[in-house]
Amino acid sequence: MSHDLVDLITTKHDTRNKKRKLNGNEKFWLIFRYVSLGFIWFLVVMPIYVMVINSLKGVKNVYLTNAFKLPEKLDFSAWSVAWSGTNRNSPGGNFFPHGLSDSMTRTLLFVIQSAIISAIIGSINGYVFAKWKFKGSNFVFTMFLFGMFIPYQAVMIPLVRVATNIGINKSIYVLVFAHIIYGIPICTLIFRNYYEGIPNELIEAGRVDKASMIRIYRSIILPLSAPAFVVVIIWQFTSAWNDFLFAIFLTGGSPKLSVATTALNFITGSSNQVYYGVNMTASLIVSLPTLIVYIFLGRYFLRGLLSGSLKG
Amino acid sequence: MKKELTRRKPFMSHAGGLFFVLPSIITVIIFVYGMIAWTFNVSLTNKNSVSVKKLEYVGIKNYTDLIHDERFTHSLSNLVKFTVVFMLGTLITGFIMALLLERGIKGEGFFRSFYLYPMAISFIAMGTVFNWLLNSARGKEAGGLNLALQKIGLGFLQNDWYVSEKGAMYSMAIPAVWQMSGYVLALFLAGFRGIPDDMREAARVDGATEIQIYRHVLFPQLTPTLLTVLIILGHVSMKIFDLIIGINGKSYVTQVVAVYMWESTFDQHNYAKGTAIAVVLLIMVAVVVVPYLRYTNKQEAYR
Repeated sequence: MSHDLVDLITTKHDTRNKKRKLNGNEKFWLIFRYVSLGFIWFLVVMPIYVMVINSLKGVKNVYLTNAFKLPEKLDFSAWSVAWSGTNRNSPGGNFFPHGLSDSMTRTLLFVIQSAIISAIIGSINGYVFAKWKFKGSNFVFTMFLFGMFIPYQAVMIPLVRVATNIGINKSIYVLVFAHIIYGIPICTLIFRNYYEGIPNELIEAGRVDKASMIRIYRSIILPLSAPAFVVVIIWQFTSAWNDFLFAIFLTGGSPKLSVATTALNFITGSSNQVYYGVNMTASLIVSLPTLIVYIFLGRYFLRGLLSGSLKG
Repeated sequence: MKKELTRRKPFMSHAGGLFFVLPSIITVIIFVYGMIAWTFNVSLTNKNSVSVKKLEYVGIKNYTDLIHDERFTHSLSNLVKFTVVFMLGTLITGFIMALLLERGIKGEGFFRSFYLYPMAISFIAMGTVFNWLLNSARGKEAGGLNLALQKIGLGFLQNDWYVSEKGAMYSMAIPAVWQMSGYVLALFLAGFRGIPDDMREAARVDGATEIQIYRHVLFPQLTPTLLTVLIILGHVSMKIFDLIIGINGKSYVTQVVAVYMWESTFDQHNYAKGTAIAVVLLIMVAVVVVPYLRYTNKQEAYR
């Protein structure tokens, strides 16, 4: 924990000579920095701005030529269409049969399940790899890490075969399993790095008291683990939510098993009349859960992100 | 970032530990290594359509076929173009962001939070927006990015974006740079702030100018960070899939290796070809990642 990258990034950096008046040169650079930062900010925010304002223009009044203009009057109809779809009786007809509501609920449920189970597995593995090293454990750990980087295409065809043979591909649990299994490396890594920071003396003390390995885990390690659990759960939540590759291969095109990303891709990729207002709203709806997590728990998200670089 | 040279003593060897991770080890062996072997095995057979009932081994024929497959070489060259622009673009943008922020500035937290949010959004959702904004219409009909360029007086930069044969892959890199720059920023910011302040001070006392301090004191310290960034971006780039699908579907002009693999498997049911492409992709990633894993593993040994 001493080399925690997130702490390093977020600690207030001491701007030296705060009180001193800036000379002309320094003033210039300060203004230059703010202008550049502002310009980049503008570029970074632009796509989300486009999503938001165009989702408020209704279903049909959205054109590329006015993509950046604010809506003249607020119209939330694109939201209800993107969420629940349209049927024959709706104005405009059946142009958009499937809304996102089913896929969103389904995704939320499966993602939470896989995140929690992943965290439990990761915690146990991380505990062993950090504190109960066995012969060859470093080698095994490196073998795990490789699994984090592979292109999943390299396992996909057998995986689909196995899932089909077992029959699990007819339920959403196929994705729960996939994300748990291929999440083992990163979850183990995050927990291991976290547990490495817990002083060995604590565990020694437990051993002196003749506590078993499980007992030490339960009464010393687990109570200290909350931050790592948050990091892993958020990480698994976000990556499973945003995943497209597993979803498209393992659930195929089946609309009954569509998740947020595949449903969105189906909506926006359809060759029918395109309603950009609905497209933008749908992208926004699909992005909202992970955005909300980021807004409230960004620090933990960042920690997960940086673990992926294997440093600290 | 002092390296502790005293190796932390592990607690003896514990069979108990092994027992608890054994299920995970077996799972990883089966689902990562076993399935890679299985994939490789399929890639050596003649399973090129659903109707093939009698499996025969054809050696490396599927691989040699790939070399002569115009669509594969096309997707590979697309991937190379994309990778170059994406890696350079993200590296430069992220590094500039880090440079602007590293010394601390009022409102830093605000900028940093915004710069990092794209990492939380899926390529598919962003693809939808960029699919729209990167529209090729120009002049009076222009909208999206082309319109924005006109408005700020950069009309000459207007472009066909992903529709054009030549520039398609370069324009695909724009959303990718947009999405990944924050990651690079975070890594470099951590790198910068890991450098002890004394080093700057010492250089300053010695009379070095600010630019000299950056060039000769700070930048050399960032070499390990740069390595990490390159590895991360490299393997993300080679695997790029969702972003392409999200913006332009399976269109030929923007097809990359991962997309072609999907098409071969999903649409053509040519599993032999699909697995061969997957193995090629795996090797490409492994060439980059395995040395990195060994390098970090060696460093770990001193922790």
